[in-house]
Amino acid sequence: MLPSLLIVFREMIEAGLIVGIVLAATRGVAGRGRWVAAGVAAGVLGACLLAVFAGGLSSLFQGTGQELFNAAILILAVGMLTWHNVWMASHGREMARELKAVGAEVAQGSRSLLAMAVVVGVAVLREGSEVVLFLYGIVAQGGTTMLGLFIGGLLGVIAGAGVSLMMYLGLVSIPAHRLFTATTGLITLLAAGLGAQAAAYLQQAGVVDILTTPLWDTSHLLDEGSLLGRLLKTLVGYTDRPDGLQLIVWLGVIAVMTILMRVVNPKPHAAKPASVAHAAE
Amino acid sequence: MTRVPFVLASLAALAGLAACSKADTGGGPAPIPLLLKDHRFSPAEITVKANQAFAIEVTNADGVADEFDSDSLKREKVIAGGQKGVVRVGPLPPGRYPFMGEYHAKTAQGAVIVQ
Repeated sequence: MLPSLLIVFREMIEAGLIVGIVLAATRGVAGRGRWVAAGVAAGVLGACLLAVFAGGLSSLFQGTGQELFNAAILILAVGMLTWHNVWMASHGREMARELKAVGAEVAQGSRSLLAMAVVVGVAVLREGSEVVLFLYGIVAQGGTTMLGLFIGGLLGVIAGAGVSLMMYLGLVSIPAHRLFTATTGLITLLAAGLGAQAAAYLQQAGVVDILTTPLWDTSHLLDEGSLLGRLLKTLVGYTDRPDGLQLIVWLGVIAVMTILMRVVNPKPHAAKPASVAHAAE
Repeated sequence: MTRVPFVLASLAALAGLAACSKADTGGGPAPIPLLLKDHRFSPAEITVKANQAFAIEVTNADGVADEFDSDSLKREKVIAGGQKGVVRVGPLPPGRYPFMGEYHAKTAQGAVIVQ
């Protein structure tokens, strides 16, 4: 019971935090619930399929299929998060302030929602396939009773969902006009962390062979495997022994995203006169 | 890339070393064989030379999948039951780098010793 609780909890947190951030970031966009739910559903379905074909996937591309697949979906997620942030930088400010979608923007809003649904789907797909494989393994061995497995898994889901919910509630308790800044920052860091993980997968596959030496080791300060370490790994890409490529990718994603947001929205504080009057309350 | 000779060499190495409990062949071009059976790694410790890239070929002799997982090596790879997987690792400074089979972490524990 305990191992299934722990594994389900851990994977649930990793996917749940991402879903929480996405929900907070899309607050006020019409129809976000449907899109996020569709992302979760697609992720769960994909996770089951992925678990079934895990063996076949591994042996693709000379045994590096799994790494390349992981890297590809992570890069996709980074792209989608960038798209969302850039879109929000050009349209989202007023929306976030008024906490409702304005008619003409809805169509474009759902385009950004599609990006976020993909991010949610990818997160659930990655973590979910591990849960499915793990639970299947336990069942196949008969190492525990079905009841123990079920209770452990259920407690893991509840605990993981609880942490994710706290994250979400913490985020949405931020005043509306600051929520936008907060979620933009979180999504930028989230994307940077996913990018760095993608870099590690490409190194593992042997596709990229440069800058593989760890730069420093902070595992004695904060172990990546501890609960806090894992939370920070999911949220900001914390790793206790980053290598050169990971650091460069991490910084690079932040830089590219910041530059793109500046390009579409050159002066964040010089809002239109009407908005200024509105904001002054 | 030199993947084909790589695989051949690893198969040959595996044939010779499958039952061997010490595999100090680290640093060489051939992947180091690592057997996962009854949810335990053998050898439980792998010794490699510092500042040299190496690869570990994990053979999962159990009937169910497990995930070779190491935070310190920054590597994770799911290996289906009865299958093999190669985990490549770049040059490392000396130290102890633990790894585990994440789905059976109670018994499946091991470490790479970099000297």
